[in-house]
Amino acid sequence: MEFKQRHLLGIQHLDVSDILTVLDTAESLSEISTREVKKVPTLRGKTIVNLFFEPSTRTRSSFELAAKRLSADIINFSQQTSSVVKGESLKDTVLNFEAMNPDALVIRHSCSGAPHFVSTFCRSHVINAGDGSHEHPTQALLDAFTIRQAKKSFRDLRVVIVGDILHSRVARSNVFLLSKLGAQITLVGPPSLLPEEFKNFGATISHSLDESLAGADVIMMLRIQTERQKANFFPSIREYRNLYCLTEKRFQLANKDAIIMHPGPINRGVEISSEMADSVKSVILKQVENGIAIRMAILYLLLGGRERETAD
Amino acid sequence: MRLLIKNGRVVDPSSGTDETLDILIDQGKIADIRPKIEEAEGFKVLDVSRLVVAPGFIDMHAHLREPGQEYKEDIQTASRAAARGGFTSICAMPNTDPVNDNRGVTEFILAEAEKRAAVNIFPIAAITSGLRGEQITDMADLLDAGAVAFSDDGRCVQNSLVMRRALEYSDFLQTLIIDHCEDFDLSQDGLMHEGSHSYFLGLKGIPASAEEVIIARDIILAEAARARIHIAHLSTRGGARLVEEAKKRKVKVTAEVTPHHLVLSDDALANYDTNLKVNPPLRSQKDVQALLAALKKGVVDVLATDHAPHTAEEKEVEFDRAPFGINGLETAVSLLLDRLVNKNVLDLSRFIEMISTNPARILGLTNKGRLTVGADADLTILNLHKETVIDITTFASKSRNNPFDGWKLKGAPVMTIVAGRVVYPFS
Repeated sequence: MEFKQRHLLGIQHLDVSDILTVLDTAESLSEISTREVKKVPTLRGKTIVNLFFEPSTRTRSSFELAAKRLSADIINFSQQTSSVVKGESLKDTVLNFEAMNPDALVIRHSCSGAPHFVSTFCRSHVINAGDGSHEHPTQALLDAFTIRQAKKSFRDLRVVIVGDILHSRVARSNVFLLSKLGAQITLVGPPSLLPEEFKNFGATISHSLDESLAGADVIMMLRIQTERQKANFFPSIREYRNLYCLTEKRFQLANKDAIIMHPGPINRGVEISSEMADSVKSVILKQVENGIAIRMAILYLLLGGRERETAD
Repeated sequence: MRLLIKNGRVVDPSSGTDETLDILIDQGKIADIRPKIEEAEGFKVLDVSRLVVAPGFIDMHAHLREPGQEYKEDIQTASRAAARGGFTSICAMPNTDPVNDNRGVTEFILAEAEKRAAVNIFPIAAITSGLRGEQITDMADLLDAGAVAFSDDGRCVQNSLVMRRALEYSDFLQTLIIDHCEDFDLSQDGLMHEGSHSYFLGLKGIPASAEEVIIARDIILAEAARARIHIAHLSTRGGARLVEEAKKRKVKVTAEVTPHHLVLSDDALANYDTNLKVNPPLRSQKDVQALLAALKKGVVDVLATDHAPHTAEEKEVEFDRAPFGINGLETAVSLLLDRLVNKNVLDLSRFIEMISTNPARILGLTNKGRLTVGADADLTILNLHKETVIDITTFASKSRNNPFDGWKLKGAPVMTIVAGRVVYPFS
């Protein structure tokens, strides 16, 4: 069992054994968070920088807690209170942090490819915590971890991902990951938010939620942003809700042991009804809990246990 | 001093010439051209055996960045890049600071060119004041000052009525409108060609339709006004189809294609290399194939660089934040010789026609683009067999934003002569 990556830039770069290594490592680390003293010394002396160029609640806190539970030192950077507002470039910001000898940089950025760009010139391990509309690898890994707890096997599992696929990094990373593990993925949304070309990534395309739910084992709802309505991707929240909101009635169409997922933050009553978000079939908060184990696993696999590789 | 160029393979599409001839140059003009001109007292003789002698190459589409953005490039460095790349004339797009929308700026560019440029500089003035797409410029005055055509390059005129008026007005002056065809509502915030690769990379797409909608509009307006229209950097299959169809109906439309749209496609962007960020974007493989077919069929008239220099610090940023543009003057000819001529996509004569004869004809430069007695002695000399490796650190341009660094290419410009003077190799 080995994780062969220097950085975690995206699921795209991982093979099945990398993915299973992360999931298995997360499983063994998840117990730490249930202890009375939620801390192990594994990454003592390691320094991690949370570089968040875009607002985030969940992912940022999750990385912070993951680092702390492994005894790493972590500092938080946020764009609003930094030199970026004085016009400092991403490259200079990163080089300045690098001068303080961190071991890993966790990067969230609104521009797709920003972590790849950083990885071309920095020495530290780069962890992508979400880049633009591109990838959100730790989210997909925690989603897979959560699915595995409920479903045991990914082979031929029927996964339905619903919403703003076009702009969703969560959807992309999940499609890449779950298709590598053998799941059957159906992407659902209006054509304006789900171009035909997505079928090239190993998923089936549908514009009807009702039709897609038949036989579904996993239903993943995505947040719909109101700005998309202003840009005419769909006519109104009312119409979107009528076509794509996961309601009690629609949920009956899925397999009876189907689980409901959402990467958050949720819009109750828009893409998911309140009763569905809070139902026993919902694993939404379990996803948040599992996020810490996955991020502990990533930090451990990249930073722990072995000497740092020389930069290539 | 008279210059005698001996034993070259002279290829001049304007007269259908392709044979070994000597060329005598006197006072910046071609004085004689025939087999075996005898040397005389005071001749400087250049033996160009095994080399191709072509009418000087003309780049209809370059950004010289002066006035206003001299940190990227200036008239002198752009002209040296042109000379090194085999171009004897380059057209300067008007999106400088200030914009070339008045006689003062046109005169400034020509005066600086006179003092500092290694090659001929032909200013293209703005269609509308400030490139704002609202009020057309004093075209007659700008032509009188030395402008050769009009374009709001990069800031495509969105208002169809303004474009109609510009076409009507330019026709009366017998000049040319060049359009960068882009519907800004359709391309809004786009970063690369819209398709599988943009969806995969999560980069906002620029659909082919953004270009095609405006090409269709321009063709319709030009036809109605019986005016000429030149489509800048054609990049899509649908656009090529529109131009082909319009030409069949005898609409006065011409089109240019850049080297990068012929040799690269959107799959090259997998690593978010900002040197590949260009507008119009690198399109799909299908579009590239369609452009090559259009080239062979004569739907495309001109090869142009869209030389767009930017500094390293401007390009060393997130993909979203990098400016569009490829620095192309010093790689265009080698790329095209390697990919088109040496791979038998285009024969040599057709290639020279598209990079010299046709640009001269379209721009009305009657003494250029041909190797006949009395023409300007602008010559590009090529070695079709020379193998080079692109090395951006050797550029004469001030900037280095070129994605072909390290490419091995066969065929290169080896000497550039402007008005009878050797401007490259640099002395």
